[in-house]
Amino acid sequence: MADPLFKAGDKVRIRDAYPIGHCRTPFYTRGLTGEIERYCGSFANPEELAYRRDGQPAVPLYRVRLPMQKIWPDYTGALLDTLEVEIFEHWLEHDN
Amino acid sequence: MHDHPHPNQPDEEDGPFTEYRLLEVALRELLIEKGVIMHAELHKTYQMMDDRGPHNGARMVAKAWSDPAYLDLMRRDATAAAKSIGLEPTWLNLIALENTDAVHNVVVCTLCSCYPWPLLGLPPDWYKSRAYRSDVVQNPRKVLAEFGTTLPETVEVRVHDSSADMRYLVVPKRPEGTEGWCEEQLAELVTRDSMIGVVPALTKEGL
Repeated sequence: MADPLFKAGDKVRIRDAYPIGHCRTPFYTRGLTGEIERYCGSFANPEELAYRRDGQPAVPLYRVRLPMQKIWPDYTGALLDTLEVEIFEHWLEHDN
Repeated sequence: MHDHPHPNQPDEEDGPFTEYRLLEVALRELLIEKGVIMHAELHKTYQMMDDRGPHNGARMVAKAWSDPAYLDLMRRDATAAAKSIGLEPTWLNLIALENTDAVHNVVVCTLCSCYPWPLLGLPPDWYKSRAYRSDVVQNPRKVLAEFGTTLPETVEVRVHDSSADMRYLVVPKRPEGTEGWCEEQLAELVTRDSMIGVVPALTKEGL
């Protein structure tokens, strides 16, 4: 099991990728930048589990906090509203 | 005495005896006959499945309201907090989300219907509906208003998309006027929907 690359507070970008097959990165989050809320532990890779493979080695999973205004440019709620979503490490890159 | 006929209520046996039902009965009887499993184990499992429901989550919330050390454990490790009061969500990676004067949490699974079954039971149909799943991430305040929950602009609405391995339990704010209530009384105020985050806990008057 690999050590987690990111820690709480790190600025990250969710990859803007559209691979074929099962994955658990919601479309509306792809390409967005946010902040690591926490590292959740490492879990079997769902992209492998979907095809009955064992999903090992386990992949670090994080909760990423995104401002609603960044997800939806026409968001009409309050400026401080946020969304948190679970994203696997191979979908994240540092946003410097 | 009735003077009119009633239609028979359909019973389980009235449905077709499908191949899958036959397969289940044959496999179950064979496993018991060969001593692989026992009747008692089956019944224990049935009972465990039937025991899942929001009363479990409500116990955790009521304890968190009453006991600062338990609330602290919920914040650090909600799975351990569940286990410490005899709940056994062994497969569950639980995160407790605390509603405060500054933050209101609401949970959704946009990809399917991830939900903390052992603590809340089976998810309601609306939780699985496309309307809820797509609207609550785009316009949470409108969705909350449809549930009768209106929040000031000074409160952060935080939507949690349960997209992978974690499960979430919202800890609603403790209603006013409940000082001195015991955990059993407090648990009565904690509804399923308040632990998803679409409504507050019941008030004393709402009981």
